[in-house]
Amino acid sequence: MNKLIIGRYLPGNSWVHQLDPRTKLLASFYFIAIVFMANTWLSYLVMFAGVMVMIAASRIRIGFFLRGVRPMIWLILFTVGLQIFFTTGGHVYWQWGWLHVTHYGLINGAYIFCRFVLIIFVSTLLTLTTQPLSLADAVESLLRPLRYLHVPVTELALVLQIALRFVPTLMDQTTKIMNAQRARGVDFGTGGLFQQMKAVVPLLIPLFVDSFGIAEDLATAMDARGYRGGDGRSKFRVLAYHSRDWVAGGSMIVLTALLLLTRR
Amino acid sequence: MTQAIEIAHLNYQYPDTPRPALRDVSLSVASGEWVAIIGHNGSGKSTLAKNINGLLAPGSGTVTVGGELLTEESVWDIRAKVGIVFQNPDNQFVGATVADDVAFGLENRGMPRPEMIKRVDSALAAVNMTEFATREPARLSGGQKQRVAIAGIVAQTPDIIILDEATSMLDPAGRQEILSLIRELRAARPLTVVSITHDIDEAALADRIVLLNDGEIVETGTPAEIFRHGEELIDLGLDVPYAGRLKAALAQRGVAVPAAYLDAEGLVDYLWTLHSTM
Repeated sequence: MNKLIIGRYLPGNSWVHQLDPRTKLLASFYFIAIVFMANTWLSYLVMFAGVMVMIAASRIRIGFFLRGVRPMIWLILFTVGLQIFFTTGGHVYWQWGWLHVTHYGLINGAYIFCRFVLIIFVSTLLTLTTQPLSLADAVESLLRPLRYLHVPVTELALVLQIALRFVPTLMDQTTKIMNAQRARGVDFGTGGLFQQMKAVVPLLIPLFVDSFGIAEDLATAMDARGYRGGDGRSKFRVLAYHSRDWVAGGSMIVLTALLLLTRR
Repeated sequence: MTQAIEIAHLNYQYPDTPRPALRDVSLSVASGEWVAIIGHNGSGKSTLAKNINGLLAPGSGTVTVGGELLTEESVWDIRAKVGIVFQNPDNQFVGATVADDVAFGLENRGMPRPEMIKRVDSALAAVNMTEFATREPARLSGGQKQRVAIAGIVAQTPDIIILDEATSMLDPAGRQEILSLIRELRAARPLTVVSITHDIDEAALADRIVLLNDGEIVETGTPAEIFRHGEELIDLGLDVPYAGRLKAALAQRGVAVPAAYLDAEGLVDYLWTLHSTM
């Protein structure tokens, strides 16, 4: 069940860990956006060098990042395959009916592969070095301007925070119910697909009922502690930019400049 | 002495139920007193607690907390004065970490952050949870979670703390932990405690016990007075403490035992004194 936990935060004290979550979130999105601007071998090399510097600064072993690629490998191979077989142009190496492998096809396939790996590495770096809670804070802080459009940002952030807080609680509950149902002879994880789906029903229904009970208890407790909506609340956890956040932002600008110099 | 809680002719009925949950309940709790409210399931104990801080609005009758009448306007003031620790340690933990949870009530009141940090630190120190400040609730025991819940209340410096079966889901060690914490807190500053409980040993710690049955107060008295009714307590769905049962059994066999309530230690003392004079 542990694999299900959102994100796979690795506690640490590195330079990347200490960055403000907003910086990390924005930088990751920015990096993912500019990956699509790379269109030469040299520009991809620049991007890879950039990611390697970030990974080195996080002091996390490269193995964790390679493991991040593994669950996506079939999607990647499928997309790369499409690129290789359906891109036309350049020297034709092989042809069979409407399938053909061309020079441009191979190059495009390789580029797509690099893009996937870069994007996965960066998003893995974000989740490995940032606690889900900090990410929720970052989202709240970045979306704050939407309050002027009457979007209930603080309420949504509290909902997100409570959801994250109750993931382990519901996980415990699931294990408990599974054991209780096993004791009554339910067989999880064996039989055909249909059988397994049927076995999940006696798990989901009590879990669903339980979550309503929890929600009601929690609402009462929040009421008793004086919660009356997002307005007028102060915040215990605050985010603050430090000099390292400016360094990180500056590095992104340098990376962009190098990318622009090396792309066609 | 001023009255911390003054309840007069309180009636309450849940919507869509045939019978009222509370009938003409009148009760006053002195400031600094420890009152236990006991009764079987459905006797109205928790309903009474929820009426005290306005989680439920009284059907008729009045509730006055610290001299302030409970109304729609005063309810937030009163909630700041009355902290409730609920039964399930998990389902009242709002924050993602221990410190966040303790701060939740303060955030709701819009307290400035520097003051909040001071309050959170001292509340955690008061319940001996300082080293757990950054822990997530999943990594705490039930007793520790209840201690955090108490810290969340202590941080708001209320006058009254209500334990709504707060120890019923804990193991015996956790239960002891919480009860001795409450005693420590009371020693440090005046605190009125209302404990709603099934546990007779917890009730025995109170200055006064209120016995509730079918929404009515059946009897009020010191633990010694209440526990003298051995058999009747069982009829009301309560368990007599072990020492009380032993005493009744001894009396039945013709051993002279005092009529007043004795806790386990008192009874042991009494028995060995009795034996050595024979």
